[in-house]
Amino acid sequence: MKTVKVSIVTPDGPVYESDVEMVSTKAQSGDLGVLPGHIPMVAPLEIGAVRLKKEGHTDYVAVTGGFLEVRPEQVTILAQAAEPADQIDIERAKEAKHRAEDKLKQDNMDFKRAELALRRAINRIEVYQHDR
Amino acid sequence: MASLRDIKNRITSTKKTSQITKAMEMVSASKLSRAESNAKAFVPYMAKVEEVVASIAVGAKDATHPMLVSRPVKKTAYLVITSDRGLAGAYNSNVIRAAYNAIQSRHTSKDEYVVMTVGRVGRDFFAKKEVNIIDSILGLPDQPIFADIKEITSKAVAMYADEAFDELYMYYNHFVSAISQEVTEKKVLPLTDVASVSSKVSSYEFDPSAEAILEVLLPQYAESLIYGALLDGKASEHAARMTAMRSATDNAKELIDSLSLSYNRARQAAITQEITEIVGGVAALE
Repeated sequence: MKTVKVSIVTPDGPVYESDVEMVSTKAQSGDLGVLPGHIPMVAPLEIGAVRLKKEGHTDYVAVTGGFLEVRPEQVTILAQAAEPADQIDIERAKEAKHRAEDKLKQDNMDFKRAELALRRAINRIEVYQHDR
Repeated sequence: MASLRDIKNRITSTKKTSQITKAMEMVSASKLSRAESNAKAFVPYMAKVEEVVASIAVGAKDATHPMLVSRPVKKTAYLVITSDRGLAGAYNSNVIRAAYNAIQSRHTSKDEYVVMTVGRVGRDFFAKKEVNIIDSILGLPDQPIFADIKEITSKAVAMYADEAFDELYMYYNHFVSAISQEVTEKKVLPLTDVASVSSKVSSYEFDPSAEAILEVLLPQYAESLIYGALLDGKASEHAARMTAMRSATDNAKELIDSLSLSYNRARQAAITQEITEIVGGVAALE
């Protein structure tokens, strides 16, 4: 099966590099699947999971604040933070989720920030559970 | 002339100091190599972001964004990157002097500029000069990760977007080599030189639109510029500290040598005097 090279890069260095058969992820305009030979494209991503299908199994990577750059032979995801499922610190994510939920219950003005934190935490937890 | 015991004390204390400076030198050397590899890990990200920004700027000329456009300057912001601790030679004083001189020569009133600082030394300096400091980070780890500085970078970018200031310069030490660091001034915002970055440009489809992507991409680009400068500054800090500590160790060695010499001289003089006194005493008895 044809494959496409995928690399996920963050400011702290590359986190994932592999040849995969399909990349599917959630862009701001909706779910997006990329197969080898896709036309060049750029799209911003939501906080969410990137699913990388190869040889019968799927790798999950949690991505925050990123965008996707597609070329026929290469897909690059640039993100401010990204963790493969097996590197997620699940305890920390759960803790962050509780913190964010507490903040949302209080009536404060940093509503948006708490909401983003909550979404990041939930995303990490979901990605972690997919991998089990 | 100092007494034997005084000299002895000075030798011991100098030796102890040199042990400390030697240890600090080695610690900085190992931190430097980590900082260098951090800076290297960042390069692919930065290169990619630059490439995409440039290709959008070139490919979609009609797409525009407030961060790309210069507006009349009413207020300028300066981001000065220093360290938390001293003992790093001229590292901090160089960058602070450059920033302060630039501010002095460009502005006549304190209302025309604000300062953001990274590191205790910079904050203390500008606080003493009663400059308006709008934000400062202290206690940045030696190997910062992006999350550590996310707050100051997004705040800087957001304040620019809100027109709290109209220009952002940053001052930091650029790492040239382990023995040489250069104070660098860089204009971060507005992003006027984006188009010139491009070398190879591919034409992309934009989903949903070029403007929407610039909206996401440009703040990230500006934040990466700041993060890059910070990593550069950290590498320079460790290099500067290493060099400073090495010369301190060398100086201590020299001092110990010259003190040992005068110690031996003083001891010899004391012995000679004793012998003279004994000989004199014997002669008086005969």
